[in-house]
Amino acid sequence: MQGFASEFNSAVSLVLRGDAELWAIVLLSLKVSIFAVLISALIGMPVGAALAVARFPGRRALIVLMNALMGFPPVVVGLLVYLILSRSGPLGVLELLYTPTAMIIAQVVLVTPIVAALTRQVVEMLAEEYSEQLRSLGVSRLASVPVLLWDARLALVTALLAGFGRAIAEVGAVIIVGGNINHVTRVMTTAIALETSKGNLALALALGAILIGIAVAVNALVSTLSLRADQEGLRHA
Amino acid sequence: MIRNIVRAALVTLGLTVTSVSAEEAFIVVQSTTSTQNSGLLDYILPGFEAETGIDVRVVAVGTGQAIRNAINGDGDVLLVHAKQAEEQFVADGWGVERFDVMYNDFVLVGPESDPAKVKDGTDIVVALRAVAEAEAPFASRGDDSGTHKAEMRLWSAAGADPTEASGEWYRETGSGMGATLNVASGMDAYALTDRATWQSFGNKGKLEVLVEGDPRLFNQYGVILVNPEKHPRVRAAAGQRFVDWLIGPDGQAAIESYKLEGQQLFFPNAK
Repeated sequence: MQGFASEFNSAVSLVLRGDAELWAIVLLSLKVSIFAVLISALIGMPVGAALAVARFPGRRALIVLMNALMGFPPVVVGLLVYLILSRSGPLGVLELLYTPTAMIIAQVVLVTPIVAALTRQVVEMLAEEYSEQLRSLGVSRLASVPVLLWDARLALVTALLAGFGRAIAEVGAVIIVGGNINHVTRVMTTAIALETSKGNLALALALGAILIGIAVAVNALVSTLSLRADQEGLRHA
Repeated sequence: MIRNIVRAALVTLGLTVTSVSAEEAFIVVQSTTSTQNSGLLDYILPGFEAETGIDVRVVAVGTGQAIRNAINGDGDVLLVHAKQAEEQFVADGWGVERFDVMYNDFVLVGPESDPAKVKDGTDIVVALRAVAEAEAPFASRGDDSGTHKAEMRLWSAAGADPTEASGEWYRETGSGMGATLNVASGMDAYALTDRATWQSFGNKGKLEVLVEGDPRLFNQYGVILVNPEKHPRVRAAAGQRFVDWLIGPDGQAAIESYKLEGQQLFFPNAK
Protein backbone atom coordinates (compact mmCIF):
# COMPACT_ATOMS: atom_id res chain seq x y z
CA MET A 1 0.00 0.00 0.00
CA GLN A 2 3.07 2.25 0.51
CA GLY A 3 3.65 2.34 -3.24
CA PHE A 4 0.03 3.15 -3.90
CA ALA A 5 0.07 6.09 -1.48
CA SER A 6 3.08 7.71 -3.14
CA GLU A 7 1.59 7.00 -6.56
CA PHE A 8 -1.61 8.69 -5.42
CA ASN A 9 0.30 11.71 -4.14
CA SER A 10 2.19 12.13 -7.37
CA ALA A 11 -1.04 11.78 -9.34
CA VAL A 12 -2.69 14.50 -7.23
CA SER A 13 0.23 16.87 -7.66
CA LEU A 14 0.32 16.07 -11.36
CA VAL A 15 -3.30 17.01 -11.84
CA LEU A 16 -3.08 20.06 -9.58
CA ARG A 17 0.00 21.43 -11.34
CA GLY A 18 -2.39 23.12 -13.74
CA ASP A 19 -2.57 20.46 -16.40
CA ALA A 20 -4.56 22.25 -19.15
CA GLU A 21 -6.22 19.07 -20.33
CA LEU A 22 -7.44 18.22 -16.86
CA TRP A 23 -8.89 21.65 -16.28
CA ALA A 24 -10.71 21.49 -19.59
CA ILE A 25 -12.31 18.27 -18.35
CA VAL A 26 -13.23 19.83 -15.00
CA LEU A 27 -14.71 22.86 -16.74
CA LEU A 28 -16.79 20.72 -19.10
CA SER A 29 -18.11 18.70 -16.14
CA LEU A 30 -19.18 21.90 -14.42
CA LYS A 31 -20.71 23.43 -17.53
CA VAL A 32 -22.74 20.36 -18.43
CA SER A 33 -24.05 19.79 -14.91
CA ILE A 34 -24.80 23.45 -14.15
CA PHE A 35 -26.67 23.83 -17.43
CA ALA A 36 -28.59 20.64 -16.69
CA VAL A 37 -29.54 21.84 -13.21
CA LEU A 38 -30.68 25.26 -14.47
CA ILE A 39 -32.91 23.69 -17.12
CA SER A 40 -34.21 21.19 -14.58
CA ALA A 41 -35.06 24.10 -12.27
CA LEU A 42 -37.01 25.85 -15.01
CA ILE A 43 -39.04 22.70 -15.61
CA GLY A 44 -39.07 21.05 -12.22
CA MET A 45 -39.92 23.96 -9.92
CA PRO A 46 -43.14 25.08 -11.64
CA VAL A 47 -44.23 21.47 -12.09
CA GLY A 48 -43.46 20.60 -8.46
CA ALA A 49 -45.20 23.73 -7.14
CA ALA A 50 -48.24 23.18 -9.35
CA LEU A 51 -48.51 19.61 -8.10
CA ALA A 52 -48.32 20.92 -4.54
CA VAL A 53 -51.26 23.33 -4.84
CA ALA A 54 -53.45 21.97 -7.61
CA ARG A 55 -56.13 19.38 -6.92
CA PHE A 56 -57.10 17.00 -9.72
CA PRO A 57 -57.77 13.30 -10.18
CA GLY A 58 -54.56 11.28 -10.52
CA ARG A 59 -52.52 13.82 -8.58
CA ARG A 60 -51.39 11.29 -5.96
CA ALA A 61 -50.38 8.83 -8.66
CA LEU A 62 -48.38 11.55 -10.40
CA ILE A 63 -46.58 12.38 -7.17
CA VAL A 64 -45.73 8.72 -6.58
CA LEU A 65 -44.44 8.45 -10.14
CA MET A 66 -42.33 11.60 -9.75
CA ASN A 67 -40.86 10.37 -6.50
CA ALA A 68 -40.05 7.01 -8.11
CA LEU A 69 -38.33 8.74 -11.03
CA MET A 70 -35.80 10.16 -8.57
CA GLY A 71 -34.31 6.65 -8.63
CA PHE A 72 -34.34 6.32 -12.44
CA PRO A 73 -31.19 4.29 -13.29
CA PRO A 74 -28.77 6.56 -15.21
CA VAL A 75 -27.84 3.75 -17.62
CA VAL A 76 -31.48 3.41 -18.67
CA VAL A 77 -31.76 7.17 -19.13
CA GLY A 78 -28.58 7.08 -21.21
CA LEU A 79 -29.98 4.28 -23.33
CA LEU A 80 -33.30 6.08 -23.91
CA VAL A 81 -31.58 9.34 -24.85
CA TYR A 82 -29.19 7.39 -27.10
CA LEU A 83 -32.09 5.71 -28.92
CA ILE A 84 -33.80 9.08 -29.43
CA LEU A 85 -30.70 10.97 -30.59
CA SER A 86 -29.16 8.15 -32.66
CA ARG A 87 -29.02 8.77 -36.41
CA SER A 88 -31.63 6.04 -36.74
CA GLY A 89 -33.72 7.53 -33.91
CA PRO A 90 -36.53 10.11 -34.11
CA LEU A 91 -34.27 13.12 -33.43
CA GLY A 92 -31.25 11.81 -35.36
CA VAL A 93 -31.39 14.74 -37.80
CA LEU A 94 -30.33 17.09 -35.01
CA GLU A 95 -26.90 15.38 -34.92
CA LEU A 96 -26.70 15.77 -31.16
CA LEU A 97 -25.35 12.36 -30.19
CA TYR A 98 -21.80 12.48 -28.81
CA THR A 99 -22.05 16.20 -28.00
CA PRO A 100 -22.21 17.98 -24.63
CA THR A 101 -25.81 18.91 -25.45
CA ALA A 102 -26.73 15.22 -25.44
CA MET A 103 -25.14 14.90 -22.00
CA ILE A 104 -27.12 17.89 -20.74
CA ILE A 105 -30.35 16.34 -22.03
CA ALA A 106 -29.62 13.06 -20.22
CA GLN A 107 -28.81 14.89 -16.99
CA VAL A 108 -31.95 17.02 -17.25
CA VAL A 109 -33.98 13.80 -17.39
CA LEU A 110 -32.16 12.58 -14.28
CA VAL A 111 -32.30 15.82 -12.29
CA THR A 112 -35.77 17.20 -13.08
CA PRO A 113 -37.66 14.59 -11.00
CA ILE A 114 -35.46 15.39 -8.00
CA VAL A 115 -36.06 19.13 -8.27
CA ALA A 116 -39.78 18.64 -8.92
CA ALA A 117 -40.32 16.17 -6.08
CA LEU A 118 -38.42 18.23 -3.49
CA THR A 119 -40.15 21.43 -4.65
CA ARG A 120 -43.53 19.74 -4.35
CA GLN A 121 -42.79 18.75 -0.78
CA VAL A 122 -41.54 22.17 0.34
CA VAL A 123 -44.30 24.13 -1.38
CA GLU A 124 -47.04 21.84 -0.11
CA MET A 125 -45.95 22.48 3.47
CA LEU A 126 -45.84 26.23 2.93
CA ALA A 127 -49.19 26.23 1.17
CA GLU A 128 -50.81 24.57 4.16
CA GLU A 129 -49.15 27.04 6.50
CA TYR A 130 -50.35 30.07 4.55
CA SER A 131 -53.64 28.70 3.27
CA GLU A 132 -55.85 30.99 5.34
CA GLN A 133 -53.86 34.11 4.58
CA LEU A 134 -53.83 33.38 0.88
CA ARG A 135 -57.54 32.67 0.89
CA SER A 136 -58.33 35.89 2.78
CA LEU A 137 -56.32 37.82 0.18
CA GLY A 138 -58.39 36.15 -2.50
CA VAL A 139 -55.38 34.55 -4.22
CA SER A 140 -56.25 31.47 -6.24
CA ARG A 141 -54.28 28.27 -5.69
CA LEU A 142 -52.29 28.44 -8.93
CA ALA A 143 -51.71 32.19 -8.61
CA SER A 144 -50.07 31.58 -5.26
CA VAL A 145 -47.33 29.46 -6.89
CA PRO A 146 -44.82 32.30 -7.54
CA VAL A 147 -45.25 33.67 -4.01
CA LEU A 148 -44.79 30.25 -2.47
CA LEU A 149 -41.75 29.49 -4.63
CA TRP A 150 -40.18 32.79 -3.60
CA ASP A 151 -40.86 32.10 0.03
CA ALA A 152 -39.37 28.62 -0.29
CA ARG A 153 -36.25 29.81 -2.11
CA LEU A 154 -33.76 28.73 0.52
CA ALA A 155 -35.14 25.21 0.71
CA LEU A 156 -35.20 25.13 -3.09
CA VAL A 157 -31.48 25.87 -3.22
CA THR A 158 -30.98 22.60 -1.38
CA ALA A 159 -33.16 20.87 -3.96
CA LEU A 160 -30.95 22.27 -6.73
CA LEU A 161 -27.81 21.16 -4.92
CA ALA A 162 -29.24 17.66 -4.59
CA GLY A 163 -29.85 17.73 -8.34
CA PHE A 164 -26.36 19.04 -9.02
CA GLY A 165 -24.90 16.26 -6.88
CA ARG A 166 -26.70 13.64 -8.94
CA ALA A 167 -25.65 15.28 -12.22
CA ILE A 168 -21.94 15.82 -11.56
CA ALA A 169 -21.42 12.36 -10.03
CA GLU A 170 -23.23 10.46 -12.76
CA VAL A 171 -21.36 8.31 -15.29
CA GLY A 172 -23.75 5.71 -16.71
CA ALA A 173 -25.80 8.06 -18.86
CA VAL A 174 -23.14 10.51 -20.04
CA ILE A 175 -20.75 7.79 -21.17
CA ILE A 176 -23.43 6.36 -23.49
CA VAL A 177 -24.70 9.61 -25.00
CA GLY A 178 -21.39 11.50 -24.82
CA GLY A 179 -19.12 8.66 -25.88
CA ASN A 180 -16.27 9.85 -23.61
CA ILE A 181 -14.60 11.53 -26.60
CA ASN A 182 -11.31 13.20 -25.74
CA HIS A 183 -11.53 17.03 -25.83
CA VAL A 184 -15.22 16.89 -26.77
CA THR A 185 -17.32 14.98 -24.26
CA ARG A 186 -14.87 13.67 -21.67
CA VAL A 187 -15.93 14.75 -18.18
CA MET A 188 -14.58 13.90 -14.73
CA THR A 189 -16.60 10.73 -14.22
CA THR A 190 -15.93 9.27 -17.65
CA ALA A 191 -12.24 10.13 -17.29
CA ILE A 192 -12.23 8.25 -13.98
CA ALA A 193 -13.89 5.25 -15.64
CA LEU A 194 -11.30 5.35 -18.42
CA GLU A 195 -8.29 5.55 -16.08
CA THR A 196 -9.73 2.70 -14.00
CA SER A 197 -10.04 0.56 -17.11
CA LYS A 198 -6.42 1.36 -17.97
CA GLY A 199 -5.47 0.07 -14.53
CA ASN A 200 -4.22 3.54 -13.49
CA LEU A 201 -6.00 3.25 -10.16
CA ALA A 202 -4.03 5.96 -8.34
CA LEU A 203 -4.70 8.49 -11.08
CA ALA A 204 -8.39 7.51 -11.14
CA LEU A 205 -8.60 8.00 -7.38
CA ALA A 206 -6.82 11.36 -7.62
CA LEU A 207 -9.37 12.50 -10.21
CA GLY A 208 -12.10 11.29 -7.84
CA ALA A 209 -10.61 13.38 -5.04
CA ILE A 210 -10.72 16.44 -7.28
CA LEU A 211 -14.33 15.73 -8.19
CA ILE A 212 -15.23 15.58 -4.51
CA GLY A 213 -13.32 18.82 -3.95
CA ILE A 214 -15.35 20.51 -6.68
CA ALA A 215 -18.60 19.26 -5.18
CA VAL A 216 -17.59 20.62 -1.78
CA ALA A 217 -16.58 23.96 -3.30
CA VAL A 218 -19.86 24.35 -5.18
CA ASN A 219 -21.89 23.48 -2.09
CA ALA A 220 -19.88 25.86 0.11
CA LEU A 221 -20.29 28.66 -2.41
CA VAL A 222 -24.03 28.18 -2.71
CA SER A 223 -24.46 27.88 1.03
CA THR A 224 -22.52 31.13 1.61
CA LEU A 225 -24.56 32.92 -1.02
CA SER A 226 -27.89 31.75 0.30
CA LEU A 227 -26.90 32.58 3.87
CA ARG A 228 -26.02 36.10 2.77
CA ALA A 229 -29.29 36.38 0.85
CA ASP A 230 -31.12 35.23 3.95
CA GLN A 231 -29.53 37.87 6.18
CA GLU A 232 -30.16 40.47 3.50
CA GLY A 233 -33.79 39.41 3.46
CA LEU A 234 -34.07 39.70 7.24
CA ARG A 235 -32.60 43.18 7.17
CA HIS A 236 -35.15 44.31 4.61
CA ALA A 237 -37.95 42.69 6.55
CA MET B 1 -41.29 25.33 -37.66
CA ILE B 2 -41.30 23.98 -34.14
CA ARG B 3 -38.54 21.60 -35.09
CA ASN B 4 -36.47 24.55 -36.36
CA ILE B 5 -36.96 26.45 -33.13
CA VAL B 6 -35.99 23.43 -31.06
CA ARG B 7 -33.00 22.91 -33.28
CA ALA B 8 -31.88 26.53 -33.01
CA ALA B 9 -32.25 26.42 -29.23
CA LEU B 10 -30.31 23.19 -28.93
CA VAL B 11 -27.58 24.36 -31.28
CA THR B 12 -27.20 27.61 -29.36
CA LEU B 13 -26.98 25.62 -26.18
CA GLY B 14 -24.43 23.30 -27.75
CA LEU B 15 -22.31 26.21 -28.92
CA THR B 16 -22.37 27.91 -25.56
CA VAL B 17 -21.17 24.77 -23.92
CA THR B 18 -18.54 23.59 -26.36
CA SER B 19 -17.45 26.66 -28.28
CA VAL B 20 -16.78 24.19 -31.11
CA SER B 21 -17.85 25.79 -34.36
CA ALA B 22 -20.43 23.96 -36.43
CA GLU B 23 -18.30 24.29 -39.55
CA GLU B 24 -15.36 22.41 -38.10
CA ALA B 25 -14.85 19.14 -39.94
CA PHE B 26 -14.84 16.00 -37.84
CA ILE B 27 -15.65 12.33 -38.05
CA VAL B 28 -16.81 9.88 -35.42
CA VAL B 29 -14.87 6.62 -35.32
CA GLN B 30 -16.46 3.69 -33.52
CA SER B 31 -13.53 1.70 -32.20
CA THR B 32 -12.45 -0.70 -29.51
CA THR B 33 -10.99 -0.07 -26.10
CA SER B 34 -7.68 -1.74 -27.04
CA THR B 35 -6.81 0.91 -29.65
CA GLN B 36 -7.57 3.70 -27.19
CA ASN B 37 -6.33 2.28 -23.88
CA SER B 38 -3.00 1.29 -25.43
CA GLY B 39 -2.44 4.91 -26.46
CA LEU B 40 -2.19 4.03 -30.17
CA LEU B 41 -4.92 6.41 -31.35
CA ASP B 42 -3.64 9.29 -29.23
CA TYR B 43 -0.28 8.72 -30.90
CA ILE B 44 -1.28 8.39 -34.56
CA LEU B 45 -4.34 10.67 -34.85
CA PRO B 46 -2.60 14.07 -34.47
CA GLY B 47 -0.67 13.29 -37.68
CA PHE B 48 -3.88 12.74 -39.64
CA GLU B 49 -5.59 15.73 -38.05
CA ALA B 50 -2.69 18.05 -38.86
CA GLU B 51 -2.53 16.84 -42.44
CA THR B 52 -6.25 17.06 -43.23
CA GLY B 53 -7.78 19.40 -40.66
CA ILE B 54 -10.30 16.67 -39.88
CA ASP B 55 -10.85 16.11 -36.18
CA VAL B 56 -11.22 12.43 -35.29
CA ARG B 57 -13.64 11.75 -32.42
CA VAL B 58 -13.16 8.27 -31.07
CA VAL B 59 -15.88 6.36 -29.24
CA ALA B 60 -14.08 3.40 -27.68
CA VAL B 61 -16.37 0.49 -26.76
CA GLY B 62 -16.32 -3.28 -27.27
CA THR B 63 -16.35 -4.49 -30.89
CA GLY B 64 -19.91 -5.83 -30.56
CA GLN B 65 -21.24 -2.50 -29.34
CA ALA B 66 -19.15 -0.56 -31.87
CA ILE B 67 -20.70 -2.58 -34.70
CA ARG B 68 -24.21 -2.07 -33.34
CA ASN B 69 -23.62 1.68 -32.98
CA ALA B 70 -22.34 1.79 -36.57
CA ILE B 71 -25.43 -0.09 -37.78
CA ASN B 72 -27.50 2.65 -36.12
CA GLY B 73 -25.47 5.15 -38.13
CA ASP B 74 -23.79 6.61 -35.06
CA GLY B 75 -20.33 6.68 -36.53
CA ASP B 76 -18.65 7.34 -39.84
CA VAL B 77 -15.86 4.79 -39.63
CA LEU B 78 -15.58 1.45 -37.83
CA LEU B 79 -12.15 0.31 -36.56
CA VAL B 80 -12.48 -3.03 -34.77
CA HIS B 81 -11.09 -6.55 -34.48
CA ALA B 82 -13.55 -9.34 -35.28
CA LYS B 83 -13.04 -10.25 -38.93
CA GLN B 84 -16.09 -12.49 -39.27
CA ALA B 85 -18.46 -9.93 -37.75
CA GLU B 86 -16.87 -7.17 -39.85
CA GLU B 87 -17.38 -9.15 -43.06
CA GLN B 88 -20.98 -9.77 -42.02
CA PHE B 89 -21.38 -6.02 -41.41
CA VAL B 90 -20.24 -5.31 -44.99
CA ALA B 91 -22.25 -8.20 -46.47
CA ASP B 92 -25.40 -6.82 -44.84
CA GLY B 93 -24.77 -3.51 -46.57
CA TRP B 94 -23.92 -1.47 -43.46
CA GLY B 95 -20.32 -0.94 -44.51
CA VAL B 96 -18.76 -0.03 -47.86
CA GLU B 97 -15.64 -2.21 -47.85
CA ARG B 98 -13.41 -3.83 -45.24
CA PHE B 99 -9.63 -3.36 -45.21
CA ASP B 100 -6.98 -5.02 -43.07
CA VAL B 101 -5.13 -2.40 -41.02
CA MET B 102 -2.84 -4.07 -38.51
CA TYR B 103 -2.52 -7.03 -36.23
CA ASN B 104 -1.15 -8.08 -32.89
CA ASP B 105 -1.90 -11.10 -30.77
CA PHE B 106 -3.84 -12.28 -27.78
CA VAL B 107 -2.08 -13.66 -24.72
CA LEU B 108 -3.31 -15.75 -21.81
CA VAL B 109 -2.44 -14.05 -18.55
CA GLY B 110 -2.79 -15.59 -15.13
CA PRO B 111 -1.46 -15.55 -11.58
CA GLU B 112 2.18 -16.41 -10.80
CA SER B 113 0.90 -19.35 -8.71
CA ASP B 114 -0.53 -20.82 -11.94
CA PRO B 115 -2.92 -23.42 -10.44
CA ALA B 116 -3.67 -24.93 -13.89
CA LYS B 117 0.07 -25.33 -14.68
CA VAL B 118 -0.06 -23.73 -18.11
CA LYS B 119 3.04 -21.50 -17.89
CA ASP B 120 5.35 -21.39 -20.94
CA GLY B 121 2.85 -23.34 -22.99
CA THR B 122 2.51 -22.47 -26.67
CA ASP B 123 -0.77 -24.30 -27.31
CA ILE B 124 -3.66 -22.12 -26.18
CA VAL B 125 -6.23 -24.91 -26.62
CA VAL B 126 -4.30 -27.27 -24.34
CA ALA B 127 -3.92 -24.45 -21.83
CA LEU B 128 -7.63 -23.61 -21.77
CA ARG B 129 -8.48 -27.28 -21.35
CA ALA B 130 -6.13 -27.38 -18.34
CA VAL B 131 -7.80 -24.29 -16.84
CA ALA B 132 -11.23 -25.87 -17.27
CA GLU B 133 -10.07 -29.17 -15.74
CA ALA B 134 -8.47 -27.40 -12.78
CA GLU B 135 -11.59 -25.24 -12.48
CA ALA B 136 -9.20 -22.36 -11.91
CA PRO B 137 -10.76 -18.87 -11.79
CA PHE B 138 -11.06 -17.36 -15.28
CA ALA B 139 -12.24 -13.80 -15.95
CA SER B 140 -14.01 -13.44 -19.28
CA ARG B 141 -15.15 -10.26 -21.03
CA GLY B 142 -18.58 -11.76 -21.61
CA ASP B 143 -19.54 -8.70 -23.66
CA ASP B 144 -19.58 -9.84 -27.29
CA SER B 145 -16.38 -7.87 -27.95
CA GLY B 146 -13.71 -8.95 -30.42
CA THR B 147 -11.66 -10.45 -27.60
CA HIS B 148 -14.70 -12.24 -26.21
CA LYS B 149 -15.53 -13.69 -29.62
CA ALA B 150 -11.92 -14.90 -29.97
CA GLU B 151 -12.06 -16.42 -26.49
CA MET B 152 -15.28 -18.28 -27.25
CA ARG B 153 -13.78 -19.66 -30.49
CA LEU B 154 -10.78 -20.96 -28.53
CA TRP B 155 -12.98 -22.57 -25.85
CA SER B 156 -14.96 -24.37 -28.50
CA ALA B 157 -11.70 -25.55 -30.13
CA ALA B 158 -10.79 -26.88 -26.67
CA GLY B 159 -14.08 -28.77 -26.59
CA ALA B 160 -15.13 -27.00 -23.40
CA ASP B 161 -18.17 -24.91 -22.57
CA PRO B 162 -17.08 -22.70 -19.67
CA THR B 163 -20.43 -20.90 -19.52
CA GLU B 164 -21.78 -23.99 -17.74
CA ALA B 165 -19.53 -22.93 -14.85
CA SER B 166 -20.64 -19.30 -15.09
CA GLY B 167 -20.63 -17.73 -11.66
CA GLU B 168 -18.38 -20.49 -10.32
CA TRP B 169 -14.80 -20.56 -11.63
CA TYR B 170 -15.82 -18.86 -14.89
CA ARG B 171 -16.55 -15.17 -14.28
CA GLU B 172 -18.16 -13.13 -17.05
CA THR B 173 -17.56 -9.47 -16.21
CA GLY B 174 -19.62 -8.06 -19.05
CA SER B 175 -17.24 -5.11 -19.27
CA GLY B 176 -14.19 -3.81 -21.10
CA MET B 177 -10.74 -5.37 -21.26
CA GLY B 178 -9.25 -3.13 -18.58
CA ALA B 179 -12.14 -3.71 -16.19
CA THR B 180 -11.84 -7.45 -16.78
CA LEU B 181 -8.10 -7.35 -16.10
CA ASN B 182 -8.84 -5.45 -12.87
CA VAL B 183 -11.13 -8.33 -11.89
CA ALA B 184 -8.54 -10.94 -12.85
CA SER B 185 -5.87 -9.05 -10.91
CA GLY B 186 -8.13 -8.80 -7.88
CA MET B 187 -9.04 -12.49 -7.74
CA ASP B 188 -5.90 -14.06 -9.24
CA ALA B 189 -7.79 -15.33 -12.24
CA TYR B 190 -6.72 -16.26 -15.76
CA ALA B 191 -7.84 -14.03 -18.61
CA LEU B 192 -7.44 -13.75 -22.35
CA THR B 193 -6.35 -10.25 -23.40
CA ASP B 194 -4.95 -8.49 -26.43
CA ARG B 195 -1.29 -7.75 -25.96
CA ALA B 196 -1.64 -3.98 -26.44
CA THR B 197 -4.07 -3.54 -23.56
CA TRP B 198 -2.00 -5.85 -21.39
CA GLN B 199 1.24 -3.99 -22.13
CA SER B 200 -0.26 -0.63 -21.19
CA PHE B 201 -2.29 -1.90 -18.24
CA GLY B 202 -1.20 -0.37 -14.95
CA ASN B 203 -2.68 -2.76 -12.36
CA LYS B 204 -1.07 -6.08 -13.28
CA GLY B 205 -0.69 -7.16 -9.65
CA LYS B 206 0.46 -10.79 -9.54
CA LEU B 207 -0.61 -11.49 -13.10
CA GLU B 208 1.86 -12.38 -15.86
CA VAL B 209 1.77 -13.65 -19.43
CA LEU B 210 1.60 -17.46 -19.30
CA VAL B 211 0.75 -18.58 -22.83
CA GLU B 212 1.66 -16.78 -26.07
CA GLY B 213 2.82 -17.46 -29.59
CA ASP B 214 0.08 -19.84 -30.75
CA PRO B 215 -0.98 -18.89 -34.33
CA ARG B 216 -4.58 -19.17 -33.16
CA LEU B 217 -3.95 -16.12 -30.96
CA PHE B 218 -3.60 -13.92 -34.05
CA ASN B 219 -5.62 -10.69 -33.70
CA GLN B 220 -6.46 -8.81 -36.89
CA TYR B 221 -7.87 -5.27 -36.97
CA GLY B 222 -9.94 -3.97 -39.85
CA VAL B 223 -11.35 -0.61 -40.92
CA ILE B 224 -14.67 0.02 -42.69
CA LEU B 225 -16.43 3.16 -43.91
CA VAL B 226 -20.06 3.13 -42.77
CA ASN B 227 -22.28 2.95 -45.86
CA PRO B 228 -23.70 6.40 -46.73
CA GLU B 229 -26.41 4.69 -48.78
CA LYS B 230 -27.82 3.31 -45.52
CA HIS B 231 -27.21 6.45 -43.50
CA PRO B 232 -27.11 9.57 -45.69
CA ARG B 233 -25.71 11.70 -42.86
CA VAL B 234 -22.48 9.67 -42.72
CA ARG B 235 -19.56 12.01 -43.37
CA ALA B 236 -18.42 9.83 -46.25
CA ALA B 237 -15.75 12.04 -47.83
CA ALA B 238 -13.94 12.76 -44.57
CA GLY B 239 -14.41 9.16 -43.41
CA GLN B 240 -12.96 7.84 -46.67
CA ARG B 241 -9.92 10.10 -46.27
CA PHE B 242 -9.33 8.59 -42.86
CA VAL B 243 -9.64 5.03 -44.16
CA ASP B 244 -7.27 5.82 -47.05
CA TRP B 245 -4.77 7.44 -44.70
CA LEU B 246 -4.88 4.56 -42.22
CA ILE B 247 -4.18 1.88 -44.85
CA GLY B 248 -1.81 4.14 -46.82
CA PRO B 249 1.94 4.63 -46.24
CA ASP B 250 1.59 7.46 -43.70
CA GLY B 251 -0.90 5.70 -41.45
CA GLN B 252 0.93 2.41 -41.67
CA ALA B 253 4.23 4.07 -40.80
CA ALA B 254 2.63 5.82 -37.83
CA ILE B 255 1.28 2.49 -36.50
CA GLU B 256 4.68 0.85 -37.03
CA SER B 257 6.49 3.56 -35.06
CA TYR B 258 4.23 3.43 -31.96
CA LYS B 259 6.12 1.82 -29.11
CA LEU B 260 5.37 1.48 -25.43
CA GLU B 261 8.35 0.83 -23.18
CA GLY B 262 10.35 -0.01 -26.28
CA GLN B 263 7.89 -2.63 -27.47
CA GLN B 264 5.88 -2.38 -30.67
CA LEU B 265 2.17 -3.06 -29.94
CA PHE B 266 0.56 -3.11 -33.38
CA PHE B 267 1.95 -4.42 -36.68
CA PRO B 268 0.65 -2.74 -39.84
CA ASN B 269 -0.44 -5.17 -42.57
CA ALA B 270 -2.67 -3.29 -45.00
CA LYS B 271 -2.43 -4.76 -48.49
